[in-house]
Amino acid sequence: MRLRTLARPYVAAFASRFLQMLQYRTAALAGFATQCWWGGIKVMVFAAFYGGTAIAGASSSMSLEQAITYTWLAQGLLVLLPWLSDPEVAQAVRTGAVAYDRLRPVDAYALWFARSAGWIAARVLPRVALMAAFAAVALPLAGLGEWAWQLPASWAAGLAFLLSTVLALLLSASMVMLLNVAATAALNERGISAVATPVVIVLSGNLLPLALLPDAWQTVLLVQPLAGLMDIPARLYFGQLGGWHAVAALGLQCFWIAALVAAGRLAMGRTMRSLQIQGG
Amino acid sequence: MGSLALFFRLVRASIGGQARYPASALMLTVGQFLGTGIEVIVVWALFHRFGDVQGWRIGEVALFYGLVNCMFALADALGRGFDVLGTEFLRTGAFDRLLLRPRPLALQLMGNDFRISRAGRLLQGLAVVVFATQQAGIEWTAATVAIALFALAGGIALFLGILVLQGTLSFWTVESLEIANVLTYGGVQAAQYPLALYARWFRRVLTFVVPLACVAYYPALAILGKADPLGAPAWVGIVSPATGFVFLAAAFGVWRLGVRRYASTGS
Repeated sequence: MRLRTLARPYVAAFASRFLQMLQYRTAALAGFATQCWWGGIKVMVFAAFYGGTAIAGASSSMSLEQAITYTWLAQGLLVLLPWLSDPEVAQAVRTGAVAYDRLRPVDAYALWFARSAGWIAARVLPRVALMAAFAAVALPLAGLGEWAWQLPASWAAGLAFLLSTVLALLLSASMVMLLNVAATAALNERGISAVATPVVIVLSGNLLPLALLPDAWQTVLLVQPLAGLMDIPARLYFGQLGGWHAVAALGLQCFWIAALVAAGRLAMGRTMRSLQIQGG
Repeated sequence: MGSLALFFRLVRASIGGQARYPASALMLTVGQFLGTGIEVIVVWALFHRFGDVQGWRIGEVALFYGLVNCMFALADALGRGFDVLGTEFLRTGAFDRLLLRPRPLALQLMGNDFRISRAGRLLQGLAVVVFATQQAGIEWTAATVAIALFALAGGIALFLGILVLQGTLSFWTVESLEIANVLTYGGVQAAQYPLALYARWFRRVLTFVVPLACVAYYPALAILGKADPLGAPAWVGIVSPATGFVFLAAAFGVWRLGVRRYASTGS
């Protein structure tokens, strides 16, 4: 009971931002069309690379079907990636509305976190649904079965994937919070996201499955925090990580969430202390 | 004042404005350099893992990649005004002011915001062309340089045409839609790889609808001195970039229809 009362403002912040973002349907549709096109190109390029490989072992880390499924998954989850700070927070800082958030009798970090998570979730869900409808249902019906999005390896793999995606959302929100704080400190988020975008897109595995990058880099690629956004959920989906490995992967995601939330809180505390509200 | 002089004056003013914030301009340029450069890593990683792809070596593919990025960087720097037509001109009513000036509309839009940061993509594209030269042993003779420059001009015209179409679309939607990214960024993405890798219908789209293959694929083959696996004769690469200008002319035709239809939002 006490817990529910405590959580109420944050749940409300999440829900209101979520519902607000769902109104941007045209943007979601336009984004979806773009992502289908990109996905199609990637799939054709993969097919060409795999098709030309007669040498065994070159593609052992991932089959073509998996690479294609990974591509659609990545296209659907693209907006899950944290390369932008929440524009509402940046605006609040610029207009001075941030002062109200400081006055509220709630934890400011948790409030912004809930809002940012709602912002991300509302952008991701419609796109994943559309992408699944396109790549898992429409493509096979159109006779392009070999380009289709395949089902997860097993029920357990599917469940682990879902759990991991929720963790990926939280992980993403914790990174967006760091970007929010950075945007607050710099008063301008464009330069930060210009540098953050490429790093996030590559290291999360969104541009290319991390398994296809050189073998010598694999360990480092897997333990870095961004892998938890896309690559770890995908590996669980394909059943490549089973049993204790799956648990370890989920644990790694949890570890990074905890670490980044701690870092975010610290950074936010510092920034807020030096923040000057410029009237208005 | 002549149109060209006016254009350069606008460009100078725009650059001057951005130079007032050198740190921001530098960071955006570095961001562009890294952001586009990261795709090189992907291409490299694929070649590293799989070896050659259907007889194409990395140096050859790098030439497509570098050329396309140079084209798009320059077109994007020029055509920024069309890109933001909906959000920055139509919705605010600033477009009415442009209409009142007795100067070509397209010129005012092109000179409006000449982005320094696009130099990031341009430099990266040039670096990849240098890499391609080394890897594929390209000989830069007068003939190949001429083909490359013609392809570059055609490619800039083509991408500019796409941006003009995107701007025209916003006369109807009063918004700048992400959908145009399919053709701009998506076009760059598609033209980075040899046309021969793609499915047949997609090759047709890239040749006859949005002729990206004509400004990148065929000229690059001519520069490499490589025969087209699809069987196009060698002279195609020498004349095909002209289609970029045809596309731009067609885009301006549609643009005129849009301007005629334009009614101010009144804001």
